[in-house]
Amino acid sequence: MSNIPAELKYVSSHEWLRLEADGSVTVGITEHAQELLGDIVFVELPAVGANLAADEQAGVVESVKAASDVYAPIAGEILEVNAELEANPELANSEPYAAGWFFKIKPANAADLDGLLDAAAYAAEIGA
Amino acid sequence: MTAPKRTPLFDAHVASGAKMVDFAGWEMPIHYGSQLKEHEIVRSDAGMFDVSHMTVVDITGSDAKVWLQKLIANDVAKLGFEGKALYSGMLNEQGGVVDDLIVYLTATGYRMVINAGTTEKDLAWMDKQSAGFDVKLQVRRDLAMLAVQGPTAIAKVCSVKPELADAIQALKVFQGLPSGDWFFARTGYTGEDGLEIMIPADQAITFFDELKAAGVAPIGLGARDTLRLEAGMNLYGHDMDETVSPLEAGMGWTIAWTEGRDFIGRAALEAQKAAGVAMKQVGLVLEGRGVLREGQKVVVDGAEGIITSGTFSPTLKHSIAIARVPAATGATAQVDLRGTLTEVRVVKMPFVRNGKKVFE
Repeated sequence: MSNIPAELKYVSSHEWLRLEADGSVTVGITEHAQELLGDIVFVELPAVGANLAADEQAGVVESVKAASDVYAPIAGEILEVNAELEANPELANSEPYAAGWFFKIKPANAADLDGLLDAAAYAAEIGA
Repeated sequence: MTAPKRTPLFDAHVASGAKMVDFAGWEMPIHYGSQLKEHEIVRSDAGMFDVSHMTVVDITGSDAKVWLQKLIANDVAKLGFEGKALYSGMLNEQGGVVDDLIVYLTATGYRMVINAGTTEKDLAWMDKQSAGFDVKLQVRRDLAMLAVQGPTAIAKVCSVKPELADAIQALKVFQGLPSGDWFFARTGYTGEDGLEIMIPADQAITFFDELKAAGVAPIGLGARDTLRLEAGMNLYGHDMDETVSPLEAGMGWTIAWTEGRDFIGRAALEAQKAAGVAMKQVGLVLEGRGVLREGQKVVVDGAEGIITSGTFSPTLKHSIAIARVPAATGATAQVDLRGTLTEVRVVKMPFVRNGKKVFE
């Protein structure tokens, strides 16, 4: 049974989003996503300052088993990437909602978050 | 759809926390938590793999030897004493690989271990080729098989089977020891020392539990694949199949060319050799970021090859692959890595033996 924190937002491509106090949004991949991928061995993160459209490719996560694209769940500018994750990709397996975060994005439009999945809707989507 | 089959060890896998997946029609453990950790355990200590999905076939009859000399490309005449093992391809008339297998000399004839996914096809092929020969094939579904691999594997098996310890420790590589309905062979698919053990099915779970108590960790099919790839060992259906010549799949050393020996596929292989073998099997190494994957295109001076198996190497901490490339390929090649042509090194396999990097 996957852990799906109630306070986060989700998209069906298995990224989670957390709205921070300063208005930025932290993005990572869900516990379900890391379970599907298995042991993660490389991550490629977007360039800081890049302006991405919603659903635009923001990076790659490679596990022993497969390579998978990571998408920007909302449009915005990349403010920061998790350098510790690049050095220790297994953090996305062990702490997908904490130390395993991928990047922080400044939403082009704060209201974009409202249309995303809540925990219950994401759980339904993955059949959890 | 038929339901996936279960090995005699199914309940032991579930009790050990395995994630079970369908593999060649069998419900098998892919991992018991972390594929990477399991890989490292086999390189540094001891792990066990359920390989009961593979098929054991006992071959008897007065023509068993001459029939096998026709059926497979290596020569069972090399098997000088009971328990001795031989690796071989079984080829079709076009020189493609029907399967790869191990054959042992037994007291009553021979014992062959073939792949799970090819079993039905192999048995049909063997049955067809047996016309006119006095041979009898017996499939041994009454046996389970456990591979116990790693630097401490043999010592740990001996601690569980103290009465056989001296005989097991005396085994040389590619040599087996029959003991009642049990059979201990010093073979494996990991590049580590260890044993492959055939066990009466009803004793398999007890033995598995005893090994576990002795410190042998259960290992899933995921780590089995990364271990064999580091060891530079072929996986049937990926690195070779019926459309691929053993000469282009790194299996040249398994062909016994003894003059006058007429094995199936020989004429086709001789024609290939006369014309010049177009491709060869090599190892690829990517020391930068990214992971080489099966099916990716290899580019060498405008000619093309293909990656037949690729992964992240847990021992080396970078990606490695087995590839079939143009015969003229030198020290480097390029791989189409998700749309980007990336330079890789071409090396002689294996990549890892006994826990250590071995290629230059």
